[in-house]
Amino acid sequence: MTGAARLQVSGLHKRFGGVIAVKNMSFDLRAGEIVGLIGPNGSGKSTVMSLIMGIQRANAGTITLDGIDIAGWPAHRIARAGISIVFQHSRPLQRQTVLENIKLALLPDSLLRLATKTSVTERARAIAERVGLGGVLHRHPWTLPFADLRRMEVAKAVARDPKVVLIDEPFAGLTAAEIKIFSDLIRSLRDDGRAVLLVDHSVKSVAALADRVIAMYLGEPIAEGSADEVMQNETVRRVYLGGAIEAVERNDSRTDAATLLDVDCVDVFYGKAQALEHVDLRVRQDEFVSIVGLNGAGKTTLFNAISGLVPYRGSIRFAGAELRRRTAAAIARGGVVHCPETRELFGYMSVRENLDLGGGHLSAGERQRQLAWVFELFPILEQRQAQAARTLSGGEQQMLTLGRALMMQPKLLILDEPTLGLAPVILGQISKAIERLRKERSLTLLLAEQNVTFALPHSDRVYLLDHGRIAWQGDPQRFAAEMHAGYL
Amino acid sequence: MAILRSRVLWIGAAVVVIAALLPFWLSAYLLGVLTAAYYFGVFAMAWDLLFGFAGEVNFGPTFLIGLGAYTAAILNSEFGLPIPVCVVAGAIAAVLGGILLAVPALRLRGPYFGLVTLVAVLLLQNFIVIFAGVTGGEIGMTVPDVLSIDEKVNYWYALVFLTICAVLLYGLSRSTVGLILQASGQDAVEASALGFNVTKHKIAAFCISALFSGTAGAMLIFYMGTASINTVIDLAIAVQIIIAAVLGGRRTILGAALGAVFLIVANEFLRPLGQLNTFVVSAVALAVILFFPEGLLGYALHRGERE
Repeated sequence: MTGAARLQVSGLHKRFGGVIAVKNMSFDLRAGEIVGLIGPNGSGKSTVMSLIMGIQRANAGTITLDGIDIAGWPAHRIARAGISIVFQHSRPLQRQTVLENIKLALLPDSLLRLATKTSVTERARAIAERVGLGGVLHRHPWTLPFADLRRMEVAKAVARDPKVVLIDEPFAGLTAAEIKIFSDLIRSLRDDGRAVLLVDHSVKSVAALADRVIAMYLGEPIAEGSADEVMQNETVRRVYLGGAIEAVERNDSRTDAATLLDVDCVDVFYGKAQALEHVDLRVRQDEFVSIVGLNGAGKTTLFNAISGLVPYRGSIRFAGAELRRRTAAAIARGGVVHCPETRELFGYMSVRENLDLGGGHLSAGERQRQLAWVFELFPILEQRQAQAARTLSGGEQQMLTLGRALMMQPKLLILDEPTLGLAPVILGQISKAIERLRKERSLTLLLAEQNVTFALPHSDRVYLLDHGRIAWQGDPQRFAAEMHAGYL
Repeated sequence: MAILRSRVLWIGAAVVVIAALLPFWLSAYLLGVLTAAYYFGVFAMAWDLLFGFAGEVNFGPTFLIGLGAYTAAILNSEFGLPIPVCVVAGAIAAVLGGILLAVPALRLRGPYFGLVTLVAVLLLQNFIVIFAGVTGGEIGMTVPDVLSIDEKVNYWYALVFLTICAVLLYGLSRSTVGLILQASGQDAVEASALGFNVTKHKIAAFCISALFSGTAGAMLIFYMGTASINTVIDLAIAVQIIIAAVLGGRRTILGAALGAVFLIVANEFLRPLGQLNTFVVSAVALAVILFFPEGLLGYALHRGERE
């Protein structure tokens, strides 16, 4: 029962400092339709979602709901106009029961109504029954399994009978059985005549559900059509995989080197969701190892565990010493330097100040030498020394992140998704810099990527991480031969 | 929930009845201590509505209290208006001042709101010193009228006032509006995505907090017979209110009143320690905040939830 366009997005544009997150994004959403908005991490899809919801304000463009331009409205007004959102991470009211949490979503935005009408309670109960929470109405959220918490979020989102439902990463953290139940729930929203927008990083996870898929890259739409068409699309394949894989022949001189990093049977939990399961991984001295896997596979979590940023079970040893008892700062000083995917630059400090902070523990002369070397690696940083980091473009920010990490003279460099949201030409530059690092310095690299083509030429060995588990390991040539087809 | 609610009701009623009978046992001096503590309890409860529910840290509760207190005191001493009129005027002044402060300040994010409230206290303090002709400046001012000269009557006034405020504020925190406020304080983005105008609700909470703070401030000076910076405006008072509320338990309202009474009574009982007194009370407060961050009442309630 596909009807006229409910939601029309056209010419949407959003920038954060020097980074253009969304440019010229246009699409329609019709009533009774499920559309998947996909793109690799950093492509701007989540920004599109928060622009529609009014959580952030677009720099240009229109968003019309049933013909009314809602761009620039505050979020609460957009919510009342008929758009709702299911957040990936939610913080329910912990002292209230499930029923009260759902009732909250049904309340009028009034300062004067002090008591809830009985009709509200009845409706909350009906919605809870519908999403399958009938049995846990009076439990507190912290006693519920993760899947039920997600259901509660859906219940809150549909409570006001919205015309458009936005769902961020609908299946993150769910088991296969739960995914099926959740898919049926989403289909029932469509059958009610609502327009549903699923925002996800992979085509696969929304393929079975979406009537139409829009692929995004670098803030722009690059393909649109059925899930199959989008998956076959040459541009989409190139964006996800980076085109044809060129595995580079490597000499095996490093195989007998000592183990530098030893990750042994590591488990990580976020509340009730398990992010890593029995992960084993070894990196030898001077070896370049990449971890590939789709977004949400657990790569960032693994890196955060190594850097001491999340608690874990199991053991992680660096150069023979157990890292568990050390603070994140001590681990970094010990030579394990982490470039997070979020970059974490000091945005209001200049490029030079960011670099100097990285080299803060070096002597003045040594810092100068290191700085000169970083500038040689990334000449653009030298030109932009005085500029505030937040005003740099995405590619320059990534170079600065790398440069700042190198200022710390790492023994083991951990690079989390360095290609995130970057244009191919920048990828080339960063790729060259990494190649030079390998030749000029004694450095061990641990790289996480969803862009396999970027990762493989830089790798001596590859691990594939899937749903928190190491699913495969081997050398890059074998990866190209065995895994490529099934990866996207 | 209904069981818990009625349990709170019965325990509360019992506490009020016992407190009402205290004047027949206690000395006039101790009654005086409790009387001040009860007004203090209202300050702390009004503060918890902002911190515990709206999620905003107001470092300047004494800005609102001082506005109420000084407005009432000046109207009484300059124009000879009767006490009820002065108290109402003080409450209105506090609400107006609160709106004037909150509307621009709530546009700021993170720690800036707290800083603005802090600066407001200093501004008010300076203002009072500068206009010493009317306000009495640093020495303070005497108000001609007092609530009563009988300690027992003063005590009952304070108890009745505390009870009314506790019922109203606790009821509000448990109401629909309280639920929306709590959601806004916890996750403003999600609350606005659910269709709630977060700013509107937070400003309303600020006004309510100002209303109770201002009224209590005005009542307090008609109990003491004087208004001075040291008793109703100084930042040390603000810090004590904050400690009392956190000590009693965030997001409990009633805990804030308990914390305030505990803090003031403990201070009195430890007076023989001399200078050590404040140190011991502060150390106890610090220990509670470090080891029971949910506060005394919050800890008790939470344990109940777990069982």
